[in-house]
Amino acid sequence: MVRRFDWFPHLTIWIGIAITAFPIYLAFIASTWLPPDLAQAPVPVLPGPHGADNWGRVLFAGGTSKVGTTPVLLMMWNSLVMALAITIGKIVISLLSAYAIVFFRFPGRMVCFWLIFITLMLPVEVRIVPTYQVVVDLGMLNTFAGLTVPLIASATATLLFRQFFLTIPDELVEAAKIDGAGPLRFFKDTVIPLSMTNMAALFVILFIYGWNQYLWPLLIAPDAALDTVVLGIKKMMGGVDAPTDWNLVMATALLAMIPPVAVVVLMQRWFVKGLVDQEK
Amino acid sequence: MAQVTLNGVEKRFGDTQVLHGISTDIPDGAFVVIVGPSGCGKSTLLRIVAGLETQTKGEILIDGRDVSALEPKDRDIAMVFQNYALYPHMTVRQNMAYGLTIRRVPAAEIEARVARAADILQLGPYLDRRPRQLSGGQRQRVAMGRAIVREPKAFLFDEPLSNLDAKLRVQMRVEIKKLQRQLGITALYVTHDQVEAMTLADRLICMNAGRADQIGAPIDLYTKPSTTFVAGFIGSPAMNLLPAQISDVGTDILVAGARLGLPVDHGIPAGRPVTLGLRPEHLSADAAGPLTLSVDLVEALGADTLIYGDIAPGMQLTARLPGATPVALGERVPLTIAPENLHLFDATSGQRL
Repeated sequence: MVRRFDWFPHLTIWIGIAITAFPIYLAFIASTWLPPDLAQAPVPVLPGPHGADNWGRVLFAGGTSKVGTTPVLLMMWNSLVMALAITIGKIVISLLSAYAIVFFRFPGRMVCFWLIFITLMLPVEVRIVPTYQVVVDLGMLNTFAGLTVPLIASATATLLFRQFFLTIPDELVEAAKIDGAGPLRFFKDTVIPLSMTNMAALFVILFIYGWNQYLWPLLIAPDAALDTVVLGIKKMMGGVDAPTDWNLVMATALLAMIPPVAVVVLMQRWFVKGLVDQEK
Repeated sequence: MAQVTLNGVEKRFGDTQVLHGISTDIPDGAFVVIVGPSGCGKSTLLRIVAGLETQTKGEILIDGRDVSALEPKDRDIAMVFQNYALYPHMTVRQNMAYGLTIRRVPAAEIEARVARAADILQLGPYLDRRPRQLSGGQRQRVAMGRAIVREPKAFLFDEPLSNLDAKLRVQMRVEIKKLQRQLGITALYVTHDQVEAMTLADRLICMNAGRADQIGAPIDLYTKPSTTFVAGFIGSPAMNLLPAQISDVGTDILVAGARLGLPVDHGIPAGRPVTLGLRPEHLSADAAGPLTLSVDLVEALGADTLIYGDIAPGMQLTARLPGATPVALGERVPLTIAPENLHLFDATSGQRL
C-alpha cells in the first residue's frame, strides 16, 4: 500500500529543525564578518568575506583582544585530553568497582555499595571546596591530574554497571568457574565483552559531561596554557576593558561543538543499542 | 571417566538443614539420576559435587581422590546447566573451546576435540554461530559439547531438559542416553521429572526433604518403593495411598471399613493400621471386585482411560483402564487388584512393611 504523503508531521519537523538550527546558522554567519559589521542594526544573515581569516586566527593564533595568547586549537586539545581522561577513567573505575560489588562476597561489601551510592547526592559543586583543598595540598593545581582525577570517581556509572552485572545469570559465572576461568579471566573474557554496548553508551554521555566541564577547570587550572575551550569562550567574552570580538567567539563556539557532535554521530548506533537492548 | 563417591554429605544454610547425610556411589560409566520435588535438595547436592557449594559435613571422592576442598576447576568435572549458560558473545566453537584454552591445551588438539564433539552432536554447520542464533535444542547440544570436549571424569546435569518443549525433551532425552552409552560417561543427573528419571537412570536416587529415601534400580523403586513418598513420586498417575487396617484375622485388609476380600498374608499383626498403596495401572474392572469407584472425572487418553472418583466418602482413587473402556460420569465401577500388586506401608512412619 502506498501511503499518502502526510505533510503535517514533516512540516512540524522542519519547523523544529529551523528553530534549533537558526542560532547555529547565525553563529556561523557572525564568524564570517568583522566586529563592526555585527554591531550595526540589521545583523547580516548571509556569509561575509572574513570567514577564513577569523577561523584561522582563533584556531592557530588565539589573538582576540581578551586572550591574546591561547590558540583555540590548544584549548580544544586541552578539552579533549580532559574529556577523554574523565571518560575513560570513569568507565575503568566503575567497571572494576561494580565488578567487585556484584561478584565478590567480602566484609563490608554493602557498606562500600552504600558509600558509593551516597556520593550520588554529592555532585562536584557540593564538594568543591574540600576537593579544591585536597587538590591544592597534593600540589595538583594547574595540572591535568588536578583537572581530571577528582571528576573520575563516579557513582552513576558504577550503579549502571552494577545493574547490568546483576542481570548476568549466576549459571554463567558458575560455568566459567567450572571451565577454570579465574575472576580476572572471567572479567576480561566475559564481563567486558558483554558490557561493550553499555560502555559505548556511557562513553557518549561521559564524554559530553567531561567536555562541558566549566566550574572545576575555572577553579583548578587558572593557567592559560590549560584553558579548555568552554572556559576559553567565557574568557573571550564580556568585561569592561575591551569590546567582545563576537566573530571570534562565534567561531570558537562552533569549534567547541564539533567534538561532542562527532562522538554522538560516530557512536550513535552503539549508543542506542546500549540503551535499548543488552548483548546477552 | 571415573567413580564418584559421596560420603555422608550434609548441608546446612544457617539453621536450615537441607541435606541430612547422603552417601552413595556412582560407579564408573554409570548414569545416576537424582529425582525429587523442588526443594528436596537435589540441586544443592549436585552443586556440592561440582564444588559450587561447600558441604557442611561429609566428603566427595572422585576416582578415590578427596576433592571436597577443591575448586570446581580442579575437580575435573563438567556441568550442563538448565539454562545452558553459554557465553553469549562467543561462537559455538569458542564456547566449546573455552575451557580447553584456559587449560592451555595445544590449539591443534582443541580443534580436533571440538571437531569430534561437533561431529557427535551434529553441530558442524553451526560452529561459527552465536548461541542466540540457535534453537533451544541446539543450545542444549552446545552445552553438552562444551562438557564433552573437556573429557572430564564425570558429567553433572542440572535439569538440562527443563527449558525445552515436550517433544524436544523426549528427543534430547534419548540423545543424552545414547551419548552416555557411546562415550561411557559417568553421569550424575538431577531432574524433577520422573519419566526422565526412570528412562535415563542405571541407578535412581529418590530424594525427599534432604534425605535419600531410596537408592536403587529404577524398576525397583517402582515395584518396591521403600516409603510412601517414593511410592507417590514414582509412577504416573501417582499411586493411590489409602488409610487401611489389617483385618482381625490377619489375612485380609480393611479399607474404609470394608474387607478387600483378598487372601493376603504379610505376616503383619491383626488390627494394625497401615497405608495401602494401589497403582492406578494395576486396578482393573471386575464385576466381583471389592472396591467400588463412583466416577466423577474421566480422562480418555486413547491408549488408556483414567477414571477418578471415590470409593468411600473422602477416599479418592484413580484407576487406569484400557483405552476402549466406556465409562460414564456418575457410574459405579467395581475394581479389583492382584494381591502381588498391593503395597503396604506403616501408617505413621511411611516405611514399607
